Amino acid sequence: MDQIHERLTEIVGAAYVSDAAEEKFIYSRDQGVQEPHAPDYVVLPGSAEEVSAVVGLANREKIPVVPMGGGLVLSGLTIPQKGGIVLDMKRMNRIIEVNEKSHYAVVEAGTSQGMLDAYLKKHHSALKHSLPDAPPVATIAGNIAIHGSGHLSQSEGGFHSEMVTGLEVVLPTGELVRLGSCSTVPGWFSRAPLPDLVGLFLGWNGTTGVITKVGIKLYPRPPYHDVLVFMTEDIDAAPDILCRIINTGMAEDINYALAPKPDYLNGFQMTVINITAHSEEELGMKKKIIRESLRHYFETKEAGFMPVPPNLKANFLEVPQKALSKFADVRKGGGFEYVGAIMPLEKIPQACRAGMEITGRIGITYSLGARIIGRGHSAMFFFAYPFNRADASEVGKVARALEETNETALKLGGIPWKTEISGQQLILRQMDPQTRELMEKIRGVLDPNRIMNPGNWEVA
Amino acid sequence: MHELKFDPGMCGRCTTIDCIMKCQYLHYDLKTALSEHERLVDGEQSTILTDCVTCYACEEYCPYHNHPFYLIVDRQEELGVHPVPKPLEKSQVVMMGPRGKIRPKTLSPPVINMCFFTVMNACIRGRLFEGASLIGGSDIFCNLMFLHFARNSTIRQRLPQMIENIMKNYLEPSGVGELVCYHDECYGTYTSWAPAYGIEVPFRPVHLFDFIYRRLLELKADIKPLGVTVAYQRPCSNRLCPHTDHFVDDIFSLIGARRPKREFEYEHALCCGGVPEAQQRFELTEELQAKNVEDMKAAGAQYCVFNCPFCFWTLAERVFKAGLVPIMMSDLCLMALGE
Repeated sequence: MDQIHERLTEIVGAAYVSDAAEEKFIYSRDQGVQEPHAPDYVVLPGSAEEVSAVVGLANREKIPVVPMGGGLVLSGLTIPQKGGIVLDMKRMNRIIEVNEKSHYAVVEAGTSQGMLDAYLKKHHSALKHSLPDAPPVATIAGNIAIHGSGHLSQSEGGFHSEMVTGLEVVLPTGELVRLGSCSTVPGWFSRAPLPDLVGLFLGWNGTTGVITKVGIKLYPRPPYHDVLVFMTEDIDAAPDILCRIINTGMAEDINYALAPKPDYLNGFQMTVINITAHSEEELGMKKKIIRESLRHYFETKEAGFMPVPPNLKANFLEVPQKALSKFADVRKGGGFEYVGAIMPLEKIPQACRAGMEITGRIGITYSLGARIIGRGHSAMFFFAYPFNRADASEVGKVARALEETNETALKLGGIPWKTEISGQQLILRQMDPQTRELMEKIRGVLDPNRIMNPGNWEVA
Repeated sequence: MHELKFDPGMCGRCTTIDCIMKCQYLHYDLKTALSEHERLVDGEQSTILTDCVTCYACEEYCPYHNHPFYLIVDRQEELGVHPVPKPLEKSQVVMMGPRGKIRPKTLSPPVINMCFFTVMNACIRGRLFEGASLIGGSDIFCNLMFLHFARNSTIRQRLPQMIENIMKNYLEPSGVGELVCYHDECYGTYTSWAPAYGIEVPFRPVHLFDFIYRRLLELKADIKPLGVTVAYQRPCSNRLCPHTDHFVDDIFSLIGARRPKREFEYEHALCCGGVPEAQQRFELTEELQAKNVEDMKAAGAQYCVFNCPFCFWTLAERVFKAGLVPIMMSDLCLMALGE
């Protein structure tokens, strides 16, 4: 056994360190098209203190560290580009506190979306958190760290990173720090009014430290839930339609989607509007107001609300939505890629056309769409490309599509989300040089030995 | 192409205009009804075309069987009136289109045509349907629903092929001459719409209620009377075959169910609201459903029985919330058989 392995074993215990070939194989890749790179060690810490000790050791020994949540990011952000330690946080899955009055929960970084959701349903049924449309094993911390979004992002304040009330992080030099109100008083209720340091760890792809605890906002869980589905065949109408719905203030979640399959939906767009309420009357009133906002469209018969039979409605009411996860496997063979571009609403028609043009030219299938964020302040536009991993030519085509889509998203005035290293480089090239320099300075201060997730957000 | 057997002279001689005056959704005085109807017959734009709920009822109201509803649908299509938003219409045309996947199969009678509702196959079970063979799906779909979409042309184009598919792939190889229609829509197609457009139907369509009634007679000794009051949600396509309505009473008398006296029953039955909703007439949908379910409750109904799955899906939740049990006719009969 080598010395590093021995010292890691001392910190977390033998059962939670591995350098076995099969473990290294699994942790060397994700479901996307990025090249695999094997770690030297896989470590599953059980506490923030253990994380601190592991990172401290890595810093002294200048060993790369890649923090990992659910491992579902698809764009290779947890692939250890330069080997080292993959720090799999899944053992740290305790729900530490739920504050019903101040509407927040504090969870360890390995807590999954499904665990918190189930816990809240069982013990605090009047509250919920915003769930991304990812498999339930996706972690809370991983998702906030990549600026994820979910079913409350439209109505309750935007990206999940904006719902963070506080963080506990291990710095690249091993120190354990708390950010937000929890740094000063016992409660994890707010980032204000202190200097906001939380952002140093959000959107950085694990290059500035390891999140060990998260304070996350909770919201009321109204008992009544229904869905309206608005069908159109004019892509250019999307910004106006979405804007009208948003402006009613009645929709909890708004998703826009188009896909070539099934045949009967090819050429049409669906806007799925989820509504919640505390009574049937409120639900009915909200539906009425939303319908009224689109009267102009359905009276001309150019668009309209689709009657949704109960079996179909059940799918639309699911949280998280499984449709995209199901679509991910449409080609079979376990491959799925996804460019999420954060962009202004008015760019949606161009993004749709670009997605169709790229996939048509390259010859792959697609699902395109957008989730509205923060009452229309932006949209998370997704270009989703499933593929068969066993088909090398298809993998190549999707990799090409991914690259072109990243470029296109930037040209359209959007910014690729949780993008792979080549996409990050595209963004950095377009970024204001002063901003780039600031990023470099921050990293230099926090991570002098550049051990954290090397390859990511690196200024060439 | 198959043309509607419609006699304009007959309408010209009609002084009561029952097709319009009895309509529960168009509220015209006789003078307006006459004038709008004349425009309809002459192929001119009329408010009838834009206001029609497509409930099929005028097919039943016309004392001369001159097919006023089919004429409305033809005229809507000719004049480009779209009762339902165009994307919904176009999408349905593709969704319900034939897939060309049908293959010959030998079946044992009774052969039950599930129409497009193969999702309801589980309803065909127990002694009531012992030995039955089920067929269904888009390659034998009657397509009559396109009456709601002003698309008679789609029915005209597809129906002959559907009939041939049924014959060549199922009935001929099986030596069967009878087809039990699970849905009124199919039965109405073969007994009303097809003859109206001069399309020959080479098999004998049997209404599901007719079939159930005959089976219940055979199983009479096993029936345990239910002793319940049951409201019947009459579907739009039953307007094409009103002569089958007596089977509801016949079946009820066998299974010990009481059909209560209601305001919205028989000729005055109300639409379930599904089609007005698709037409984006949400206030009307709400009004219809509220009136209908309130009427069921006021009549003392404990159950609401359906034959049309679409009516069931549209109205079941509301019926349930009103304290009634929504149930398909076949399931109600199975209950009486203790199944």
